[in-house]
Amino acid sequence: MPSFTLNGRDVSVDVADDMPLLWVLRDELGVTGTKYGCGRALCGACTVLLEGNAVRSCVTPLAAVDGKNVSTIETMAADPVGRLVQDAWRRLDVVQCGYCQSGQILAAVALLQSNRNPSDADIDAAMSGNVCRCATYARIRAAIHQAARALGTLSP
Amino acid sequence: MSERAGPSPSRRAFLQQAGGLTLAFYLAPGVRTSRADDDPPPKPFMPNAFVRIGTDNSVTVIAKHLEMGQGVFTGLATLLAEELDADWSSVRVEGAPADAGKYANGNMGVQLTGGSSAMANAHEQMLRAGATARAMLVAAAAQLWHVPTAEIRVVYGVVSHPASKRATRFGALAALAATQPIPQQVTLKQPTQYRLIGNGIVRRKDGHAKTNGSALFTQDLRLPGMLIAVAARPPRFGARVKHVDDAAAKAVAGVIGVVPFTANDGSDGGGVAVLARNTWIAKRGRDALRIEWDESGAVHTDSSQLLARYRSLADQAGQLALEAGDATAIEAPGLRVITATYEVPYLAHACMEPMNCLVQLTEGGVSIWNGAQSQTADQAAVARLLNLKPEQVRITQLYAGGSFGRRAGAQSDYVLEAVAIARAASAVGQRVPIKLVWMREDDLRAGYYRPAFLHRIRAALDQDGALVAWQQRIVGQSVLRGSSMEALIKDRIDSTSIEGAARPYAIPNLRIELTTPTDVGVPVQWWRSVGHTHTAFATEVMIDELAAAAGRDPYLFRRNLLAAEPRLVGVLDLAADKAGWGRPLASGAAGVRRGRGISVHGSFDTCVAQVAEVSVAADGKLRVERVVCAVDCGLAINPDIIVAQMQGGIGFGLGAALHSAITLKDGVVEQSNFDDYAPLRINEMPVVEVHIVPSDETPTGVGEPGVPPIAPAVVNAIYQATGRRIRTLPIGDRIAPETAGASQLPGTA
Repeated sequence: MPSFTLNGRDVSVDVADDMPLLWVLRDELGVTGTKYGCGRALCGACTVLLEGNAVRSCVTPLAAVDGKNVSTIETMAADPVGRLVQDAWRRLDVVQCGYCQSGQILAAVALLQSNRNPSDADIDAAMSGNVCRCATYARIRAAIHQAARALGTLSP
Repeated sequence: MSERAGPSPSRRAFLQQAGGLTLAFYLAPGVRTSRADDDPPPKPFMPNAFVRIGTDNSVTVIAKHLEMGQGVFTGLATLLAEELDADWSSVRVEGAPADAGKYANGNMGVQLTGGSSAMANAHEQMLRAGATARAMLVAAAAQLWHVPTAEIRVVYGVVSHPASKRATRFGALAALAATQPIPQQVTLKQPTQYRLIGNGIVRRKDGHAKTNGSALFTQDLRLPGMLIAVAARPPRFGARVKHVDDAAAKAVAGVIGVVPFTANDGSDGGGVAVLARNTWIAKRGRDALRIEWDESGAVHTDSSQLLARYRSLADQAGQLALEAGDATAIEAPGLRVITATYEVPYLAHACMEPMNCLVQLTEGGVSIWNGAQSQTADQAAVARLLNLKPEQVRITQLYAGGSFGRRAGAQSDYVLEAVAIARAASAVGQRVPIKLVWMREDDLRAGYYRPAFLHRIRAALDQDGALVAWQQRIVGQSVLRGSSMEALIKDRIDSTSIEGAARPYAIPNLRIELTTPTDVGVPVQWWRSVGHTHTAFATEVMIDELAAAAGRDPYLFRRNLLAAEPRLVGVLDLAADKAGWGRPLASGAAGVRRGRGISVHGSFDTCVAQVAEVSVAADGKLRVERVVCAVDCGLAINPDIIVAQMQGGIGFGLGAALHSAITLKDGVVEQSNFDDYAPLRINEMPVVEVHIVPSDETPTGVGEPGVPPIAPAVVNAIYQATGRRIRTLPIGDRIAPETAGASQLPGTA
């Protein structure tokens, strides 16, 4: 039975190991902050962190996460970078409908974990896989810069 | 302070409703204090249908409008909390149930979120709901402390009597407030007294839940025993199920049932649903179905043939829709006549959350959970399908993951589909909650598109460059026809097909004709800003073409024609000023051509002007770099949400203008997902600056009016940069180099 660590807790699920992680999270484990948007890694609404890297859970089979660490939006308040990103999102009121924002936040966290001071071009490269039909992009960009500044004051 | 004189329509609507107000008591779940267990739970104070004040000091605003991203929960709460003098941090918002008796849109008489009407119809109602509650809290404090009400103050959720140094929060007064008479008259604040309204630092009420994964969308709701339904539906509009081979589908491990269904009393083709506890399993089952379709009634529309047909229809006179002066003046000698044809494609709404709906058939009717814009119409449609009374259709309002008009179902299509599947499942013994989930491909191919439209405009300038005549023929499907609002079609004219065309430019001789094909067979629906999506494009590009032909500055040319429209001139001037109109643009890199374009448009009683700056690289690559936007929406209730709606409306409209088209080939929709129906992405988002015209006028909407001006502003900027005039959307990523001999001037006659 495939098992993995979800937000710091060990979980195992008795389903086919080709089931995409997205549906394992949502329909088997009831962890629904991660959203379905396209099913083909075209929109980023399903973005989660796999060993700290942003992946599209809609095309990541359960077998690929066996024995690994998965983090979702539900644990971002406990993540130092995630917390700063959430704070920036709230201060700037990034969200509109909000459906894509879990994926946007996870993609931003992954970016800031590898690049603590991203340029606009870095943000474009890291975030252009995440669609927002409300077009909150200007605020997403501003919030990432704001979170990066906050991150810079936390540690050298 | 005094009562505002002269009841407005919204005030009258409120007073009618207020006549029926009764005190309601509500037992808040989970509200427990240190009282003894055998005491009754404390009763919150609910002075009217819009606010509940808990003994824990919480203020819960009940929002009659759907939160689909536009910020309406925050807007309604801001208004109510302003007059209540509540502590903003104690204010929560929950969606109202379907109940038009309490929660009708004051402009429409039915419960509906649409037409950018929420603030316009509800602002006074929410102010009065807050003021009423406040007055009852004050009366309770006066009774408790034996002091005159005039000596009571309320500030940030604290009720106090300064002279005796007594103070308490709302919760301690809730029970006593509920016993006070409901005041027949309340006095509203003057705008100078506002603390929350107009305050740019007020944050959204949904900002927290939507950043930690806890916000509940239909997609997320799970009821005990619930099954997911993923359905196969006709490959062409109008096809029907002829034969189903479900053996392979049933062989998929985890598939619980396969149920053919007919939605909409057979007038819709229906389909076949696969039921499972897991969406992915249901989808695998659906994909394994082998269905033979009866295509005898199917539509074989081809987009390119349709446009060719629309062009020939525009050669013929249509039905007169609007006339002023004598448009035959265009034939007078000595005039310069410009003719141009503008074409826009079908557009899908493509909300991030594909359509879905959770249905449970019950003994007394049916319960529905979703995020819907038009509850009353959905209730009526479901009641017809199930032979129920509308009030037996209970709807719980959840967040909607985008809508843009899609969830204001013209024919309640996906809601009826979910109910039909639940009914079919019940008939085979699965009387459980059913959640219909559309895959992205289902969503993009289901129709209910913004209709394709063609506009042909002939306009004439006199020797001095003055616009003297305008003839416009509009060809496209009606969104009202066959919808719950069909009654709004007057004299065969769907006003939403022509709204925003030509007017309010001062054109002395004007004639607009409309041709509405009724045999196309592609379902259509309103799409964020409805008719303005295409009328503003045709009008604002044509005005630009006329300015160019007259040798006039396009900003001043517009300004001159709008002299009688001070609000439109106001936003036009503000946008032009802030954009530095008239000052040269900094030149781009070698080979890069840059240009500025302007547009102005009023929709839903809100005026918006935009100046777009574009660059076109040597290889034709187009980039929209900056958009300066000015908006006049009356009183700015939540300035930051207005900014957000302008930013978002510009991004939404820009994505469509650059990339989007739904096309049909032999009746089959050619797009299926975000690769071939490309949305705007972050790397394409321009810098957007928004400037709000200060105003104390009645507030108007901002959800839609940011959309119409962007496509023409960009097209007009491309013309300034390159001399090429785009008249067909989408524009595409690149501006093709000019070919020798191809005239980019509009046709002249």
